[in-house]
Amino acid sequence: MDLNFSPEETAFREQVRRFVSENLPAGIRHKVLNGIHLEREEHVQWQRILHARGWGGVGWPREFGGPGWSPTELYIFEEESARGGAPRLISFGLKMIAPVLMAFGTPAQQQRFLPKIMAADEWWCQGYSEPGAGSDLASLKTRAMREGDCYIVNGQKTWTTLGQYADWIFCLVRTDPEAKKQSGISFLLIDMKSPGVTVRPIITLDGAHEVNEVWLEDVRVPVENRIGEENKGWTYAKFLLGHERTNIAGIGIAKRELARLKRIAEDEGRLDEPLFAARLAQVEIDLMALEITNLRVLSAEGAKKAPGPEASILKIKGSEIQQAIAELMMQAVGAYALPYRQTDVGPDYAANLGAGYCNLRKLSIFGGSNEIQKNIISQMIMGL
Amino acid sequence: MNFDFNEDQRALADTLQRFVSREYSFERRRAIRDSTAGWSRDVWQGLADLGVLAINIDEDYGGLGYGPQETGLVMNAAGRGLLLEPYLASAVIAPALIRRTTSADFQEQWLPAIASGEAVVVLAHADARSAPATELGGNLSGHKSVVAHGGCADLLLVSAQMPNGDTGLFAVSPGADGLRLRDYPTLDGQRAADIIMDSTPATRIDAGGALDQIEAALDIGLAALCAEAVGIMEATLAATTEYLKTRQQFGQPIGRFQALQHRMADMLLHLEQARSMSYLAAMHCTGKDAPARQRILSAAKVTSGQACRFVAQNAVQLHGGMGMTDELMLSHWFKRLTTIEMSFGDTDSHLARFARLSRAA
Repeated sequence: MDLNFSPEETAFREQVRRFVSENLPAGIRHKVLNGIHLEREEHVQWQRILHARGWGGVGWPREFGGPGWSPTELYIFEEESARGGAPRLISFGLKMIAPVLMAFGTPAQQQRFLPKIMAADEWWCQGYSEPGAGSDLASLKTRAMREGDCYIVNGQKTWTTLGQYADWIFCLVRTDPEAKKQSGISFLLIDMKSPGVTVRPIITLDGAHEVNEVWLEDVRVPVENRIGEENKGWTYAKFLLGHERTNIAGIGIAKRELARLKRIAEDEGRLDEPLFAARLAQVEIDLMALEITNLRVLSAEGAKKAPGPEASILKIKGSEIQQAIAELMMQAVGAYALPYRQTDVGPDYAANLGAGYCNLRKLSIFGGSNEIQKNIISQMIMGL
Repeated sequence: MNFDFNEDQRALADTLQRFVSREYSFERRRAIRDSTAGWSRDVWQGLADLGVLAINIDEDYGGLGYGPQETGLVMNAAGRGLLLEPYLASAVIAPALIRRTTSADFQEQWLPAIASGEAVVVLAHADARSAPATELGGNLSGHKSVVAHGGCADLLLVSAQMPNGDTGLFAVSPGADGLRLRDYPTLDGQRAADIIMDSTPATRIDAGGALDQIEAALDIGLAALCAEAVGIMEATLAATTEYLKTRQQFGQPIGRFQALQHRMADMLLHLEQARSMSYLAAMHCTGKDAPARQRILSAAKVTSGQACRFVAQNAVQLHGGMGMTDELMLSHWFKRLTTIEMSFGDTDSHLARFARLSRAA
């Protein structure tokens, strides 16, 4: 057992750290470090900076133009990016549809879509959830009927994160309504500019526009935009969900936010309060333990490819820790967390803490709610 | 980075697990627990023959010169079997302290004897608040409280305040004049003792800085304790999983109920976090930078202590009435986990220490 990073990994960390500090635009860094939402263009700008360095395909193997990093190197990259105030990479293209294209796409699909993902020329969003299909995703109802070389798609997707920016949406649709739940589903790539696609904002409790409803009315989708076989979409969907779970713990972001919490608490004189200090200590200890747990999962993952059900442990603890940090940050500034969208009341750092706390309640809900994760743990790991 | 144990380490763990399952059945343990001494010389000799008493002793003194990782593997297996023998006290903490503190002659005299199982050596450090131990003219007076396995020691290593205010470490024979030793069982079935000294002759064995060395040795013990807790929690969780799969109510195994499944998932989360911290503790417990080391050890004890409480309480809860009975190993694991949480400083004290050390760092 050796809990140290290798000299090569440490050198890689230095390299990423230097790259981020030298290349990340100050305006973006400021926003990230202060919990301010980024614009589409800022995400695109950072992705293009990475791409110019040859790091556009984060998590991708070399054969598809990625840097070919090991899981540990990927972890280090994510941690150092977060630490330096770089935006969290938008996962829908890079980490979700790209691995599906690599594993199940045709060469034509790979050539058509992958380079544009890496270069941030096309923005992707996810069409999984529906109003009636959340945790029970396989009960989805969006219907795709074959008509010649096209599918005609009708239905509604929801919680579509940053769908307002998207050029493409990958969708689970029902192609065989007679088949049993999971077996009648296909996986389609849909151009958001297609006639019949309507995006409507959903404003969340923090006042932000992050998620959307996507309505699909008689949308014509060429058959060539289907991934793999008809009615086999659930297989690809599950594969994708496995990849969604890398970096699921968000250790780097949590460390960065913990450091911010400590600065704020120090400034506010809260560290002298034993109860506040104890709550802060608790979250710091939980994070310390989760970091090791995450590295254990990574190290076990080396042999396999996608993380197993152990990733559910990371999801639960990671989301709880980030939520606890946001909660303590809000609490640290007391009443100054309450003014809404005011930048000239109270200390500068207080401006977004109330909204930030509200926003992060999503963490224990999305990507498989923490209750679903506990089902997975008890059934897949413990065999209950 | 690599979280695997090497071949030698796995062999050690296997050997010990086999020994424990062979020598330490539930009935045998009960008989040992209820014996006058409360521990078994035969088992102790068996452990010595396997070499596990020699793990923390340098090869120069008849030991194996292993470290905290191997100790952790032994503690994990000892924990599952709930060994009653003074392994942590005599084979982990005492050698760590002797090696750091005492002269070559003293080490020559005691370390081989510990390794071979001939001598049990126990540190007596915690003072009763009413009468902390003090030294005057080579004699000790005062009251040491709840000294784990103090009653079976062939030699006591006793800390005491000297007239100049420093803490010294003293070798004291349990049969020395003016020493009264009250041996009693603890909640977990192990033994402890209160030691009351009145001008008891003692030999100083440290050359200064004893308090730091005692804390360093106790940190090595604490890392070992965290590994023991992991072993017990693994066993507890496995037994509870099995119970939920077999116990039928409402026409199905109770493990099908989501409320219980989620409780089990929470228990697993606690166990895995505690396991992670026990690895981190093993890696850092020999660190020279005391505040940095103590900060991590406190974090490990908080994680471990909270896990001990949660896993123990819920394992009993999920076993229902059966969890309350003396006849299942489960209730004995419960009591040892409870004891571990309360030993070496409880969760709250370590949480406070972590907060203090993090702020200073």
